[in-house]
Amino acid sequence: MSTQLAILPVVVPLLGAPLCILLRIPRLVGLFAIVVATLSFIASCLLLLAVQNAGGLLIYEMGGWPAPWGIEYRIDYLNAYLILLVSAMGAIILVPAQTSIRRELQENRHTYFYTAYLLCLTGLLGILSTGDAFNVFVFLEISSLSSYTLIALGSDRRALTAAYQYLIMGTIGATFIIIGVGLMYMMTGTLNMFDLFQRLPEVHNSRTVLSAVGFFIVGVCLKLALFPLHLWLPNAYAYAPSVATAFLAATSTKVAVYVLIRCMFSIFGIEFVDTVLPLQQIFIVLALAGIFAASISAIYQLNIKRLFAYSSVAQIGYMILGLAIGTELGITATMLHLFNHALMKAALFLAIGSVVYRIGSAQLNHYAGLGKKMPLTMAALVVGGLSLIGVPLTVGFVSKWYLVVALIDKGWWLVVVLVLISSLLAVIYVWRIIEWVYFVPPRIIVDEVREAPLSQLIPVWLLVGANIYFGLDTTLTVGVSEAAAAALFGMLP
Amino acid sequence: MIFGIYSLLSASLFLDLDAVDVAFTEASVGAGISTLLFIATLKLVRRHEKVYRYRPIFALGVVVVTGSLLIYGTFDMPYFGDPEAPAHQHVAPRYLNDSMDEIGVPNVVTSVLASYRGFDTLGEVIVVFTAGIGVMSLLLVSRQTKQLEKGRVPAEMKGQVILRVVAKMMMPLILMFALYVQFHGDYGPGGGFQAGVIFAAGVILYTMLFGLSNAEQVFKRVVIEKLTALGVLIYAGVGIVTMVLGYNFLDYNALAHDPVHGQHYGILLVELGVGITVAAVMMNMFFKFTWRIVKHKYSVEK
Repeated sequence: MSTQLAILPVVVPLLGAPLCILLRIPRLVGLFAIVVATLSFIASCLLLLAVQNAGGLLIYEMGGWPAPWGIEYRIDYLNAYLILLVSAMGAIILVPAQTSIRRELQENRHTYFYTAYLLCLTGLLGILSTGDAFNVFVFLEISSLSSYTLIALGSDRRALTAAYQYLIMGTIGATFIIIGVGLMYMMTGTLNMFDLFQRLPEVHNSRTVLSAVGFFIVGVCLKLALFPLHLWLPNAYAYAPSVATAFLAATSTKVAVYVLIRCMFSIFGIEFVDTVLPLQQIFIVLALAGIFAASISAIYQLNIKRLFAYSSVAQIGYMILGLAIGTELGITATMLHLFNHALMKAALFLAIGSVVYRIGSAQLNHYAGLGKKMPLTMAALVVGGLSLIGVPLTVGFVSKWYLVVALIDKGWWLVVVLVLISSLLAVIYVWRIIEWVYFVPPRIIVDEVREAPLSQLIPVWLLVGANIYFGLDTTLTVGVSEAAAAALFGMLP
Repeated sequence: MIFGIYSLLSASLFLDLDAVDVAFTEASVGAGISTLLFIATLKLVRRHEKVYRYRPIFALGVVVVTGSLLIYGTFDMPYFGDPEAPAHQHVAPRYLNDSMDEIGVPNVVTSVLASYRGFDTLGEVIVVFTAGIGVMSLLLVSRQTKQLEKGRVPAEMKGQVILRVVAKMMMPLILMFALYVQFHGDYGPGGGFQAGVIFAAGVILYTMLFGLSNAEQVFKRVVIEKLTALGVLIYAGVGIVTMVLGYNFLDYNALAHDPVHGQHYGILLVELGVGITVAAVMMNMFFKFTWRIVKHKYSVEK
C-alpha cells in the first residue's frame, strides 16, 4: 500500500469528480465530496510521513514506465508539504460549503459545483505531485478550467465577465507555459523535470532555451497574479461563490508560486536563471510595486471580498520577494508564507462567506453593527486580519519575521524598511474593517441577523486556531520549510 | 468559416509533417465540431461586434514582443528534419524501436499516448470532461426547456429534402467509421478522441436535419450527462484495477498473463473511455446550445 501512496491524494478526487455526476443528488453529493476530500487529506498526511521515512524523496512511475519515457511522480519535502496544505484546505472548506452553497446557488447547480471543486482539487494536487513538465500543463488546464467554472457560478452576473477575463488571461498564461515546455523539449528531447535539469546545461547558451525560460516564467507569473499581471484576480475573487473564493485564494496562487519555484530550481537551475535574466532585480521591483500598489488599492475598496483580493496580490508580493532573495533563508520565508497565507485567507474568506450567508452582501457598509450580531464570526475576521498584518502570536508574524531575517542576512536594509512600511498599509485596511464592524452604528435595523451556523463557525475557528497555533508552535511549518529549502539548494551541482 | 478553413489547412500541414493522428484530430475537432459550436453561438448572439472607440495599442505591443521572442527562439533551433536533433535522440528511439516488443501496437502514437504517457491522456480526458461540466453548469436546463422537451421541436432545416436523404444514407456510414476509428486506432491513425468527435458529428448532423426531439429519443439528456462521467471512470478505473492487482497506476501489464496482451486490453479499454467521454461531451454541448436557440426562438414568437 505504501508504494501507492504517492498517487493516492490525486487519484481519490480524480475518481470522486465523475462519481459526483453519477450520484446527482445535491445533498448527498456535498457529503460525498467531503468524504473524498478528507480521504485525499489523510493520504497526503501519510505521504508526508512516507517522504520523511524515505529520506526526502519518493518516486512513483506511472504505468510502470521508468522516468524519461513515462511520467513519474516525484515527491520531496517541498511538494509533500504543499500537497498536505492544499488537500487540508480542500477538505475544510467543503464543510461550510454545504450551507453556503445552498444559499448562493440554485439547487440544480450544486452537483456541478462540487464536481468542478473536486476537479480543481485534482488539478492542483496533480501539478504539485508530478515530476513531468508536460504533465504540469495538463493538470494546470484541469485546475484552470474548473476554476473558471467555479467563478462563473457566482450569483452576481458580473461573475461571468470576471470568469471570462480570467479565462483569457489564464489561457494566455497556459499557452506561454506550453510554448516554454515545447521549446525545452525541442532542445533536450525530454519532458521529465529531473532529466531536463541534467540535460539543459549542455544547451544553456542557445537562444531557444533563453526564450523557453522567458515564456515559461511569464506564463507562470500570469497564473500566480504577480503585479502587474494580477488584473484578473480582484474581480474573480469578488464575484465567485464565497467558498470558491476561499478555496482559490487559499490554494491556486500558492500552487502557481510552487510551479515558479520548481521551474527556477529544479528545471532551469537557479544559477542559470540568474545569469541569463536579471530575474532577481525584476522580481524585487515587481514584488515591492505589487505590495504597495495592491495594499493601497485595498484601502479604497468598498467590497470586502475585493479588499482581501487586493491584499492577496500584495501577499503574493512578499512570497516573490522571498524568492528574489535567492538564499536558503529567503526560500524558507517564501515557503512559510505560502502555508501561512493560505491559513489566513481561508479563515478570512470563510468568515466573509458566513456574513454573505446571513446578510447576503459583501459590501463593507453593510457590516456596520455586525460586531454585536455575529460576535464569533467577526472575532475570527479580526484575528485573521491581525495575522495578515503580522501581529506577534499569529502565523503572519512568523512569516514576516523570517522574511525580514532573510533580508537582513542579505543586507538589503532598504527593502526591510519598505516591508515594514507596507505592513502599516495592512494595518489601515484591516482597521477600516474593524471600524465598520464595531464602531459604526448600523443604519438599517438588522434584528433578524443571527450568528453563523455551527457548520460554518467550526471550520472558521479551526482555521483561526491554526493561525494562532502555528504562530506559537512552528516546529512543523518551519521544520518542513527549511528541509524543503535545503533540498532545493542541495540539488545544485 | 475562416476558422474552419484555417483548421483544415493546419490539418493538411500536420499531414505533411507525417503527424497523421494530429491531423486527424485537428480536422475533426478544429474544422468540424468547433466551427459548428461557433456558428451555434453566433446564432444566439448578434452577428456584428459592438464598435469600441479605444485602440488596443498596448495589446499590439504585447503581441509584437511575444512574436519577436518566438522568432528569436527559432534562431538556435535544430534544423527541420535534422536526424541529430535532441528530440529524435533521447526518448524517441525507445518508443520507435522497443514499443513493438513492450506494447505490441503497430501505431507508435497510440502506444505513447495510451501507455507510455497514458497518465497525460487521462488528464486530457479530464480536461474535456471539465469543459463539459463548465458548459453544463452554465447552460442549465430551465423549466421552459423541459416543457418544450415534452412537445416536438421541428428541425431548423426540415425543408432541405436533398440534404435529408443524403444524410440518412450517410449516417450509418459515419457512425460505422467512428467505430472503426475507435477500435482500429492501435493499427492505423485514430483512437478515442477522433472517434468520439466523428460519432458526435454524425449525431449532430442528424439533429440539425431531423430535429432535437428525434435525436433526444435515442440520446437522452440525462444519459449523455452520465456518459461524460462514465468515460473518465472507465479510464481511471483501469488504473485502479491495476493498482488493486499490485502494479502501478495504469500499468496494463497487470491485466493479462503476458505484457503484450495486458497492454492490448488496457489500451482498448482506456481508448473506449476516451471515446465515450469525448462523444458525450460534444453531443451534450451541441444539444445545450441548440436548446438555447430553440428556447430563444419560441420566446420571441410568443
